[in-house]
Amino acid sequence: MQLQFSIYRYNPDVDAKPRMQDYTLEVDEGRDMMVLDALIALKEQDPTLSFRRSCREGVCGSDGVNMNGKNGLACITPVSALGKGKIVVRPLPGLPVVRDLVVDMTQFYTQYEKIKPFLINDSKKPPAREHLQTPEERAKLDGLYECILCACCSTSCPSFWWNPEKFIGPAGLLHAYRFLIDSRDTATEERLNDLDDAFSVFRCHGIMNCVSVCPKGLNPTKAIGQIKSMLLQRAV
Amino acid sequence: MLTNQASMKRNGVQDYVSLRTTAAIIFAYSVFMAWFFITTDNLTFIEWRGLFSGLAMKVFTLATLIAVMIHVRIGLWQVLTDYVKASSLRAVLQFVLNVIAFGYVAVGLFVLWGV
Repeated sequence: MQLQFSIYRYNPDVDAKPRMQDYTLEVDEGRDMMVLDALIALKEQDPTLSFRRSCREGVCGSDGVNMNGKNGLACITPVSALGKGKIVVRPLPGLPVVRDLVVDMTQFYTQYEKIKPFLINDSKKPPAREHLQTPEERAKLDGLYECILCACCSTSCPSFWWNPEKFIGPAGLLHAYRFLIDSRDTATEERLNDLDDAFSVFRCHGIMNCVSVCPKGLNPTKAIGQIKSMLLQRAV
Repeated sequence: MLTNQASMKRNGVQDYVSLRTTAAIIFAYSVFMAWFFITTDNLTFIEWRGLFSGLAMKVFTLATLIAVMIHVRIGLWQVLTDYVKASSLRAVLQFVLNVIAFGYVAVGLFVLWGV
């Protein structure tokens, strides 16, 4: 059985402009494989092909790519899920390309950094051992803490494409809500002040591309809606 | 996080609320007009004039025209900041579109006044 691939190639040191390169991979009849395994096999054919990968099991978030027009992690996307035709693999959209499928994620991390992704607790008497939470308080973090920062969501969001320097993006806002809702965090007002402008949160128009592509099945749109509600409640 | 200066002093919460409240007014007006057209068998100029001669209808229409102006102002600012990156061109487009939106209110006002 032959698998056909069309892969985005661009080496800024050599190429004047990007191009799509076709590859063919021979696999056993009826055998399925993950897209990352196919890319690794293709790299044996063509060692100049560049892409990121690390854990190979959907935990590290390194191999986010655009496959047949939809962002996802190559390591947990079966080739069979992409249909029978040629598989088109491109880098995550909207971010500058370093080489081939490798993108420069500086804009993404800059936005993530803005939301202060760490617990802030300025209580006068810190507990001797640890900050305890009730099971209910802990349950509020479910669906938020699992984000692996693969950038599939933010790079599928048109608001992030058009305003990457002003809009935090779904991944950053999911993490922002994770700390806003954390019972141990005491910087809620400060965090909301930082988000209270026309771009950081309110550029989300709820089109839910982020929900559609999240490889961990998370719902950034819902978290953003909660942040909007918090901002609204303290304004009225 | 972003200074108000960077976003033309627009307030996110205020814009969010304004967009939704104006949309509700526009929607209510659309439903009302649709209901009027559906339930009126033979629409004549007399009936049409009668509808708009009531004070409540004039207030409702004016409120809707102002809602459209506010909705357009915020909505197109969002669209333009997405797609037009040259600030001078964006400023000109915003000015022209805002003048047109104001024109709708002004014309509507004079039409209502004349009924």
